[in-house]
Amino acid sequence: MIIRFAGDSGDGMQLTGDRFTATSALYGNDLATLPDFPAEIRAPAGTIAGVSAFQVHISDHDITTPGDAPNVLVAMNPAALRSQLVRLAPGATIILNADAFDDRSLSKAGYTEDPRADGSLDGYTVYEVPMTSLTKGAVTPLGVKPRDAERSKNFFALGLVSWMYTRPVDATIEWIQRRFVARPEVAEANTVAFKAGHAFGETAELFDHPFEVKPATLPAGTYTNINGNTALAWGLIAASQLSGLPLFLGSYPITPASDILHELSKHKNFGVRTLQAEDEIAGIGAAVGAAYGGHLGVTTTSGPGMALKAETMGLAVNLELPLLVIDIQRGGPSTGLPTKTEQADLLMAFYGRHGEAPLPILAPRSPSHCFEVAIEAARIALEWRTPVVLLSDGYLANGTEPWRLPDVDELPDLSVTFATEPNHVGDDGEPTFWPYLRDPETLARAWALPGTPGLMHRIGGLEKEDGSGNISYDPANHERMVQLRAEKVARIADHIPPVEVHGDVDDADLLVVGWGSTWGAVDGAVSRARQAGHKVARAHLVHLNPFPPNLGEVVRRYPRVIVPEMNLGQLAHQLRAEFLVDARPVTKVRGVPFTAAELEQQIIDHLKDQA
Amino acid sequence: MTDTLIPVTTRKDWSSDQDVRWCPGCGDYSILAAVQLLMPELGIKREDTVFVSGIGCAARMPYYMNTYGMHTIHGRAPAIATGLALARPDLHVFVVSGDGDALSIGGNHLIHALRRNVDITILLFNNQIYGLTKGQYSPTSEVGKVTKSTPFGSLDHPFNPVSVAIGAEASFVARTHDMDRRHMMEVIRRAFEHKGASLVEIYQNCNVFNDAAFETITAKANRDDMLIPLRHGEPIRFGADGDKGVVIDSQRGAHLVDVADVGEDALLVHDETRDDPSVAFMLSRLATGPHEPTPIGVFRDVMRPDYGGGVEHQVAAARDERGPGDLGALLRSGAVWEVS
Ligand code: SF4
Repeated sequence: MIIRFAGDSGDGMQLTGDRFTATSALYGNDLATLPDFPAEIRAPAGTIAGVSAFQVHISDHDITTPGDAPNVLVAMNPAALRSQLVRLAPGATIILNADAFDDRSLSKAGYTEDPRADGSLDGYTVYEVPMTSLTKGAVTPLGVKPRDAERSKNFFALGLVSWMYTRPVDATIEWIQRRFVARPEVAEANTVAFKAGHAFGETAELFDHPFEVKPATLPAGTYTNINGNTALAWGLIAASQLSGLPLFLGSYPITPASDILHELSKHKNFGVRTLQAEDEIAGIGAAVGAAYGGHLGVTTTSGPGMALKAETMGLAVNLELPLLVIDIQRGGPSTGLPTKTEQADLLMAFYGRHGEAPLPILAPRSPSHCFEVAIEAARIALEWRTPVVLLSDGYLANGTEPWRLPDVDELPDLSVTFATEPNHVGDDGEPTFWPYLRDPETLARAWALPGTPGLMHRIGGLEKEDGSGNISYDPANHERMVQLRAEKVARIADHIPPVEVHGDVDDADLLVVGWGSTWGAVDGAVSRARQAGHKVARAHLVHLNPFPPNLGEVVRRYPRVIVPEMNLGQLAHQLRAEFLVDARPVTKVRGVPFTAAELEQQIIDHLKDQA
Repeated sequence: MTDTLIPVTTRKDWSSDQDVRWCPGCGDYSILAAVQLLMPELGIKREDTVFVSGIGCAARMPYYMNTYGMHTIHGRAPAIATGLALARPDLHVFVVSGDGDALSIGGNHLIHALRRNVDITILLFNNQIYGLTKGQYSPTSEVGKVTKSTPFGSLDHPFNPVSVAIGAEASFVARTHDMDRRHMMEVIRRAFEHKGASLVEIYQNCNVFNDAAFETITAKANRDDMLIPLRHGEPIRFGADGDKGVVIDSQRGAHLVDVADVGEDALLVHDETRDDPSVAFMLSRLATGPHEPTPIGVFRDVMRPDYGGGVEHQVAAARDERGPGDLGALLRSGAVWEVS
């Protein structure tokens, strides 16, 4: 990750960059830095010539250069933005001091239009933070004069970035005290500004997990940079277009899922309807209601919201209506770490409902993959009339990667056939509609939309009689229905691709099974281990329930199986239970993704382990 | 909804083939009958009508209607109906709920559906008790009520559902009771015709767990003196020969008077359409419970943009402005580059 701090030469950017470097070194990152002073020592303030920048490249593995294109730019004024923008990596994160974007500063920097409004920052993740006023607000109560107060804003920026990239705080505060020992009032102001920046990051839940992109040769095509939440939103719009069902999102704001709500609410011309509901339960409730009416019903949330939606997910299982439940996982339990990534909702997705309530579960492996998985989730939901859980996470949601745009004409057809005619003859000899008559192959039930003449019927959460859907308390019927619902989900396995094995497919000593956002790190780790001469293979799961049909055979094929995941071993638990294999969990719950180096070490350690 | 002729139907056409399973003598039967009798008069088709309910005795009603229906989970019917009504503005969506369902576990959804003014008709069967779970006090039970869960008497201050709805600025709020079929039909018809969210509180006798809770005001012999009929544009008066009435003064707010004491001209003339909800709220406070003279009828019926209409308008406006969505263009809406 390459971070570039840029501001006016009087803004103290060198000091800020220096300090961030020192903190990162403390944190154990390998790093290289590139100070970039203005050529003219006394260039006019606010001009391009006066911009001073400092670049830091931090990484978990050996690096020798300060890197090329920065992924993160902290720009204290328009001149800093204008001079640095060309250097940025596509899709980079830009943190702006919003207070500095007045007309005068814009024109000093040579802007005729505000770059924040004219589209020139499209494709970047932009955080606008009023750093000057927030710094003043924090510092003036100390009795510092407003003019001097403003000078601490570089420390506000440092605090903010330290929050976003989880740098230690105490060491910086100690350093400030030492550095300004002769001027205690300045030390105090800078400390307060630093803490205010850190606190702002936390309160505003700013975060950024740049997705590590493998340096690989990209296949030919048209590319764009995309983050996981946008890809997911677009995938949902695509699924709506492909199915011909209007998209309905019922959602309650929650970090890190809210951006899907924001994105979808922009696209009403696609027939998208979004409801910002009064709570998480209403969000999924409205989505169920819309699904009953024939829309593609979706709800988006994160862990705490998943807990609240559990009862309604059970209802959707029982109603056998298509529904997408999208969980952008974050650190838990409870409020946990809202801005940090985790994968600890897997078993909740499997089992977090009362009664026997199985449903399909899918997980994308990278930001752009969210697009494809949203479509796949919709395919399964619509064809099998079932709620589907899609497990993304904070890392994927906000991480960005180049995405080769698919050919929209080659996306799958998701069209749905609704019942329009009676499908049964009643005891009285009259044709009638039975909502729970099933397709003999998929076991999907008949789906008639309100408004269809002659097919009026009632569905509900009470157990239903097989076929007619009338309320039934019959014990044998209940058992049959429980088994039918489970069997229906299990049969989806016949309609999903087998899991692929990569690496030393035939003779690996160890198989790494991954799911979700660990994909990049697993891939990197397996490549490195193989380059070092080890026999290793990897398999990555997108379909988590049901598992791909060949998964049992794959996990039994290799002498050792390890499962890296950002929880305490939830997929490993499922693999052990399902296939009676000694799958070993490799766990990390620190709010940050695995690195390839960490996993490479794990692979080597497990290979040594003769047990 | 097609615009073909509405077929002539009878109560039987609107009744499903399911056996009605409420306790014999339950007030729910008369509400069901009133609704089934009303439906053929509304000029709508069965297939375009959906009854959505939560949990409780009242929530069984969709099974008995030969329409589309959804019996969902406790308290959530207004939220589920909101999604359905927004997705399908062509449908007529009714919500059937009880005092526990609508005001306890589902209170949040109720007030938000009302404030948003989603085009749904909410029938709130208020029997001041939990029937299905066999006799615990409800959020409308009176203080001191002795039930299975309050052997020493309830300490909870009750909600007045009409006050709650008016407080949420519902655009249509009414009250009726299960002993007067004609009144029920008239009020529910008005609620149905109202565009936006409408709430009808229906006093309903639970003869098993809270028998005769409304007897003091709804028994035939008591009605004249205990029910205050609200009629738009008319002075509010009641009593066998209209000898009692309602006035508002700046000191005491709305209160009851003998017409002889104040003169006919001093009586409050009922105006359902008053935008400011405070007079309707005052009327809802005239009785602290069904043992005092209690207003029935339509408290409030105001025009406010309905939520679904707004949603449809935004979708149509976005299409007019940007054309129907083009997926290929969406994917290329950020910065793109070619790799060859
Ligand atoms: S318990 Fe009460 S409300 Fe419920 S069906 Fe019986 S009488 Fe009616």
